Amino acid sequence: MSDVCVFSQDEENKICPEKMEEAKLKARYPHLGNKPGGSDLLRKRLQKGPKYFDSGDYNMAKAKIKNKQLPAAQTEKAEITGEHIPTPQDLPQRKPSLVASKLAG
Amino acid sequence: MSVSFGGDEGGVNLTNVVCTSHHTADIISTVEFNHSGELLATGDKGGRVVIFQQETENKSQPQCRSEYNVYSTFQSHEPEFDYLKSLEIEEKINKIRWLPQKNAAQFLLSTNDKTIKLWKISERDKRPEGYNLKEEDGRYRDASTITTLRVPVFRPMDLMVEASPRRVFANAHTYHINSISVNSDNETYLSADDLRINLWHLEITDRSFIQLLCGFNSASDIVDIKPANMEELTEVITAAEFHPHQCNTFVYSSSKGTIRLCDMRASALCDKHSKLFEEPEDPSNRSFFSEIISSISDVKFSHNGRYMMTRDYLSVKIWDLNMENRPVETYQVHEYLRSKLCSLYENDCIFDKFECCWNGNDSVVMTGSYNNFFRMLDRTQRRDVTLEASRESCKPRQVLKPRRVCAGGKRKKDEISVDSLDFNKKILHTAWHPQENIIAVATTNNLYIFQEKVN
Repeated sequence: MSDVCVFSQDEENKICPEKMEEAKLKARYPHLGNKPGGSDLLRKRLQKGPKYFDSGDYNMAKAKIKNKQLPAAQTEKAEITGEHIPTPQDLPQRKPSLVASKLAG
Repeated sequence: MSVSFGGDEGGVNLTNVVCTSHHTADIISTVEFNHSGELLATGDKGGRVVIFQQETENKSQPQCRSEYNVYSTFQSHEPEFDYLKSLEIEEKINKIRWLPQKNAAQFLLSTNDKTIKLWKISERDKRPEGYNLKEEDGRYRDASTITTLRVPVFRPMDLMVEASPRRVFANAHTYHINSISVNSDNETYLSADDLRINLWHLEITDRSFIQLLCGFNSASDIVDIKPANMEELTEVITAAEFHPHQCNTFVYSSSKGTIRLCDMRASALCDKHSKLFEEPEDPSNRSFFSEIISSISDVKFSHNGRYMMTRDYLSVKIWDLNMENRPVETYQVHEYLRSKLCSLYENDCIFDKFECCWNGNDSVVMTGSYNNFFRMLDRTQRRDVTLEASRESCKPRQVLKPRRVCAGGKRKKDEISVDSLDFNKKILHTAWHPQENIIAVATTNNLYIFQEKVN
C-alpha cells in the first residue's frame, strides 16, 4: 500500500504531490471515474490487445504487416524496352494502386 | 569516479566492471539465469528464446574474464488466434524458468499469455558415421555396390545445440499468464494468470494437477475468484512464486498491493490464505493514483527463504515472512516520479511492470527504472546506486558512473533532470547470477551483462 507522502520542499503549502497530480488529471479529464483501480481499468487489462471481427480479419491484418516488410527485399527488375518481345517474367511488377479498392479490407 | 559498496560479505564492488552487450532483433521480455549461472536465457516479443553460455577464457587462471556468448536460439511460441474471443494470442514470452539440472540436458519452461512449454536443450558433439546402406549425406547406396559389412562408429563433430519441446501445457488459462514458478520438489510448478493459479505436474499435460482458486475475499467456503458480474472485479493476481525450500508454500501478489502466502497442506483450494501481507495506508494520503502505484509488479523470495521482495511502481519492499503488518525495509526506486504521475498515467507508463531480483547471498537487490537506469540497493550497507545501461557503459576500461536525478531546484553538474528522462527507455527485466557478481540487464533491444572483473 502507499507509504508516507513525500512533501515537496519547493511548495509553500504542504500539499502532497500525489494529490496535486490528481488535481491535474481531474482538470484534464473531468469525467474520470472515482474508482481508478476498479472495474474499467481491470477489465481493460484483462482484455489486452485489439479485437478482430473474425479469423479472416485477423489473417488479413497479419498479411498486411508481412507485405509491408516485403518491398524492401524485392529487387528492382531491369526495365526492358525494344530489345526483344518481353515475357511475363521480364515485365516489372505492377505497383499497388494509390487508391485502395473499396473491396479490400 | 568509481563506486564501491559492500565488502567481502556480499555487496558489489563496481570499481572494476566489465560489460558486454548483445543487440537483439526483438524487444526482450524476460531474462533468467539457470541454477548454476552458466546459462542465461532471454525471451522476446517475437516468441524467440536465446540462451547465452558463460565461457571462461582460461580456466586455469583465476582472474579469467567470463563472457556470455550465444549458445542456442529457438522459436518457442508462435502467434495464435483465439477464435472464441476474436483476439490475438501474442507470442511474446512472458517468463522463462529453468529446471534444476538432473542430467546432461537442460530444461526450461517458457510461457506466453496462454501456453506453457517445457523445452529440452541438449548438446550433440558426436555423430554416427559409416552406415552400410546410406552415404554420409543420407542418400541410399546402390545395393549391388555393398560387398562388406561394417559397424558404424561415433565420430566427433562440431557442437550442435538442439532445443526440442517436450511438453506443452495448454488450454488452462482463461486470462493472461503472468508468472510461472518451479517447485522445490522438482516435480510440479505453478502458473498464474489474472484470476487463477494452476498447479501442474511436469509429466502431465492434459490437465492441471490442481486448480488453485485464489480468492481475494474469503467470505464463502468456495470462492470463485471470477465475480458473477465482471464489473465487480476489484483485484487481480499480478505475480506468484513458490517458496525456494518449502514445497507446500507459495505466494501471490495483487493489484491492490497485498501478498498472500498459501500453504497447500492447509487446503487444496487455497482460497483461504495462511498469511496476508499488507502495509496499512494513511487514508488522508490517498489519491486517484494510490491504488495504481501500489499494484505489485513482481514478488521474489530471497534465496534463504526467510524474506520476500515486492516491487510496486515507486518502491521495493522487503518483507519478513513472519511479519505481515508491514515490510521490514522499503527502498525508493525513483521517488521523483511521484510529482509526474499525471503524465505517467496519460502515457500509460504508470502501468509498467518492473521486476526485481536478489543477489546470491541476499545482501543486494536490483531493479530497473527509466532512461535505461537501474538501481542496486545494498541492504547490509544501507547504500544504493543508480547506474545506466548504455553504449557508454560498455566502452573498454570504462568504469560505471553513478547517475543522479535532479528532482527539482537547481540542477547540479552531472545530474539529469526528471523532465529529461526518456520514458521509452525502460529497464523492466534484470537478473543476477546465483553465485557470482554478474548481472544481466535488458534494455529494449539490448542485453547488457556486467561483471566484476576480479583482479
